[in-house]
Amino acid sequence: MRTRICAALIGTLLSLSAWAATPKDTLVVAKNIDDIVSLDPAEAFEFSSGEVVANIYEPLVRYDPQDPTKLKPGLASSWKPAADGKSIEFTLRKNAVFESGNPVRAEDVLFSYQRVLRLNKAPAFILAQLGWTPDNIAQMVRQPAPGTLQLSWSGDFGPAYVLNVLAARPGAIVDQKLVLQNEQAGDLGNGWLMRNSAGSGPYKLKLYKPKEVVLLEANKQAANPPKTGSVLIKSIAEPATQRLLIESGDADIVRDLGADQIDALKSRNDIRLEEFPAAAVHFVALNLQNDKLRNPAIWEAMRYLIDYDGISKQLLRGQMRIHQAFLPVGFAGALTTTPYKLDPEHAKAILAKAGVNGLEMDMDVINSPRFMDMAQSIQASMAKAGIKVNLVPGTGSQVITRYRARKHQAILLYWGPDFYDPHSNAKSFAYNVDNSDGAYQSTTTWRNSWLIPELSAKTLAALREADPAKRATLYQGLQKEVQANSPFIIGFQEQNRVALRSNVKGYVQGPVADLVQYDGVTK
Amino acid sequence: MTIQLRRDWWLSDAPESALQARCGRFYRMGLRALRSPAMVFGLAIIALLVLAAIFAPWLAPADPNAQDISQRLLPPGAAHWLGTDQLGRDLLSRVIYGARPTLMIVSLVALLAAPAGLLLGMCAGYFGGWIEAVLMRITDIFMAFPRLVLALALVAVLGPGIVNAVIAIAITAWPPYARVARAESRTVKGSDFIQAARVQGLPTGRILFGHLLPICLPSTVIRVTLDMAGIILTAAGLGFLGLGAQPPMSEWGAMISTGRQYIFDQWWVAAVPGVAILLASLAFNLVGDGLRDVLDPKNG
Amino acid sequence: MRRHAGPLALLRWGISLVLMLFVLLLVTFLIGKAAPIDPVLQVVGDRASPEAYQEARHRLGLDRPVYEQFARYVANAARGDLGRSTSTGRPVGEDLRQYFPATLELATLGIALGVLFGVPLGMLAAHQHNRWIDQLLRLVGLLGYSVPVFWLGLVGLLVFYAKLGWVGGPGRLDDIYQYTVDSWSNLVLVDTLRAGNAEAFRNGLSHLVLPAALLGYFSLAYISRMTRAFFLEELSKEYVLTARVKGASELRVLVRHVLPNVAAPLLTVIALSYAVLLEGAVLTETVFSWPGIGLYITNALFSADVSAVLGGTLLVGLCFVLLNTLTDVFGLLMDPRART
Repeated sequence: MRTRICAALIGTLLSLSAWAATPKDTLVVAKNIDDIVSLDPAEAFEFSSGEVVANIYEPLVRYDPQDPTKLKPGLASSWKPAADGKSIEFTLRKNAVFESGNPVRAEDVLFSYQRVLRLNKAPAFILAQLGWTPDNIAQMVRQPAPGTLQLSWSGDFGPAYVLNVLAARPGAIVDQKLVLQNEQAGDLGNGWLMRNSAGSGPYKLKLYKPKEVVLLEANKQAANPPKTGSVLIKSIAEPATQRLLIESGDADIVRDLGADQIDALKSRNDIRLEEFPAAAVHFVALNLQNDKLRNPAIWEAMRYLIDYDGISKQLLRGQMRIHQAFLPVGFAGALTTTPYKLDPEHAKAILAKAGVNGLEMDMDVINSPRFMDMAQSIQASMAKAGIKVNLVPGTGSQVITRYRARKHQAILLYWGPDFYDPHSNAKSFAYNVDNSDGAYQSTTTWRNSWLIPELSAKTLAALREADPAKRATLYQGLQKEVQANSPFIIGFQEQNRVALRSNVKGYVQGPVADLVQYDGVTK
Repeated sequence: MTIQLRRDWWLSDAPESALQARCGRFYRMGLRALRSPAMVFGLAIIALLVLAAIFAPWLAPADPNAQDISQRLLPPGAAHWLGTDQLGRDLLSRVIYGARPTLMIVSLVALLAAPAGLLLGMCAGYFGGWIEAVLMRITDIFMAFPRLVLALALVAVLGPGIVNAVIAIAITAWPPYARVARAESRTVKGSDFIQAARVQGLPTGRILFGHLLPICLPSTVIRVTLDMAGIILTAAGLGFLGLGAQPPMSEWGAMISTGRQYIFDQWWVAAVPGVAILLASLAFNLVGDGLRDVLDPKNG
Repeated sequence: MRRHAGPLALLRWGISLVLMLFVLLLVTFLIGKAAPIDPVLQVVGDRASPEAYQEARHRLGLDRPVYEQFARYVANAARGDLGRSTSTGRPVGEDLRQYFPATLELATLGIALGVLFGVPLGMLAAHQHNRWIDQLLRLVGLLGYSVPVFWLGLVGLLVFYAKLGWVGGPGRLDDIYQYTVDSWSNLVLVDTLRAGNAEAFRNGLSHLVLPAALLGYFSLAYISRMTRAFFLEELSKEYVLTARVKGASELRVLVRHVLPNVAAPLLTVIALSYAVLLEGAVLTETVFSWPGIGLYITNALFSADVSAVLGGTLLVGLCFVLLNTLTDVFGLLMDPRART
């Protein structure tokens, strides 16, 4: 009796076997998308939402993911800075239409920027730094002739900077008519755009279930329709599960595998591994609110107490490369010299000379495996020169909450640029003119209480500089200064390693989230 | 009369004092317990754990925190009997040292949760009426709380670390003890010898601790040993979410949690602490079952 | 002794329920406020300007005094408005309607398996007390207790999904079916049946099998052990001897005579296991990418999304109370002393 039941059970199980391959015209991507708060481009500021927005909407100008220092036309087919350097004239692309069929007009551009400023959500500050407010935007963005747009701004910087700003996420242009049709209680369509799309990009949003799935469908009205009809991004939180999916062919691309998991896939011919540089720099920062950490000799000694080689070549190989300056490779002016290496003896000498001994500090760290491994390695290498590091792990939000309140002593963290201009990182690492508690800034300098009036002036000068070559040189100078004399020990630049099925071609992943492009992918 | 070391004193059929009677009872129970091979096995493993915890510095071949990145993820072999983890640390040493936090968590939780639950349950069962109603409602509230929420929330508020993890687990672990103790107290409170004690005018405290407690204690002890496996795994679960013992401490649950990235290729990183937990749970369970067989004569 | 019948008892039960839920909410709320995580960060992110931050804070009502926030929450909850989750941007009620059925489906199937196998195995073990089969069953049960859930889950996925292809992979349905089946109750088995889509139904079942078996295994460990304990206690009693002497077969003795006597405490045990499963097994849900309430509550806790945590706690607490009450009522009905 029991054997009969067993046989029946096994039989049923056998007949339930899954169809282990993905549908032909759908690209299946496995990634953790828990960070998405909204898909409204005026609100989306997380990695996963930025990526989705970038495939649905177009800004006036765009970056080329393969060389993000070059701007390409987006919804603007050409542009010309005015002679006085205070405005730019754009020509809108002819016959551009939204997914709804509505043509793209200057009014849509104005509306898009206006709602970003009015809604005042996370990315609003990016456009606000152009001196734009909800009240003056109508004067700043004007239509001199049909199909053209004139954008002005106020602030001490040139057109190059402004173009970089406009290419960022909040610069996405939305379909005013469609959005206003779905507006509720004056929210400018914010509620509706959380789940629906109104863009002109290669894809439109078919379905979004929070923490579960994002389904993109080809936008037939797009100027260049995508090569694959649908993109299904499913949320798979566990990297080991992602690996099973790619191995069994149930996913085409997986994004969150660890270094060792990726290596284990090297031997398979049906899976290909690709590496894309990312624009995030990883560093250890010391909070100068703590007296014991104020001695620059400590900062210098700590620069020799990280196992750069061990971490980048073994522990997190393929995911971190050694980089010791605040501009990641990929930005014009990135400093690529790496003068520091693990040298406990030298560090000990520096500390002895400065009369520092028995130093102990708490280091906050986000408790994901990658950071925890790095932190434990740093803990061990610091101990070699007598510095005792206590790890204080926490979830991302816990760590950031403490960080913002400047309650930490040391912290292991990373920084990614808000938009693709060197000033974003320079401001974070080399600008702080007001250290008081009331003058809250989200810069690394303010959060670690490093007050630098002179260096800040140089940072502003670099922002102002119009000539690109000269600008690059100025940023190099800033980086050298920060590299040698700051309480930041910058050690690594991130790399994204992605596993794809070997029949998937054309996947492009730029250094920042908005530069992930699905429209060229074929299977 | 004093305790004597002669075997016949312990096994005497005609004890001359209450003390001798009690000693005799324990001795007989002990003998019965040792007759079961499963129980002996369990006790042996627990003894091994305790020894590992105490003598770790002498037993472990290497420093559990010594990193050697060039030796990372080595399979079990001559140089490292149980292999190395992702930072090149010797797994055998880490698992031996890991007995300390693990045993500490288990014993602290047991020492906190069981007595609290027992006391509460006894009072509820004995006094009855509105005292019972209130105490049981409190118990119900704690039980209704999603345990993970309570544990996570406490650790989020108190901060990660072993002691806080212990508190968090203990707070979610006591209700079942209270329930069982209350059920038993209710049944026993109407019995003759309790009535007799009351009639004699014994103070309530004396009745509770002198008469009620010995009845409720055996089942609590049994439950505690059986629950120890669950406690270890709950601590492992907290470690999994990054809220238990903090690195570089080699608590077994935290080791399993980091080992899960390597589960398919370098399986030993998670398997080694996993087997340790399995053995510990097995040991506690066998001891618990054996105790039940010994202490509960109906199942003999 | 049917002293609990009548409207007065119902009223008492209702009051005690409301009181309990209130205390649950209060404690959760306070814990949420005490957690060192800034909920506004979830909404505006880390780089927002101070003005955007303050605006968001105001919109979330966080600049009000704590007691006012709580009073407001309770008043809204009484009307059915559980607030809005900061991590999904949706009303919490909608979130719960999406995530709880997933856990419900899994937990129900899991407990069904646990009871189906656990009770007979416990009975067998008790009957064969101390023989080899008893030891074997205890060992198997013990493994269920001591092996970490995610390990078993990942290895199970590796073997049964990746290598053998016998069961569906992570997630509740294959991609093809996910968005073609209308989600009405959000219970995959119910929705696919309602749509008349047999293939999707089988597919959903194939995804349920492995995680349900896992959860079933864990509840089986506990249920079989408790069944064994209860049966052992009864088997040494007089009426069993009497039944045997009267010529009843062993199976009949166990099922017809002993089982009704242990039904009440056994049901309490089963209900407890069910409640534990219903609170959502975070680790199982992570490994199987099962969008259930465990993950929802855990993520909400980590981002200090108080409304979501409160909503989830309320729901789970309610389930627990309902289960408790059902078992109490059943116990009273089954109580042989009440029958005479």
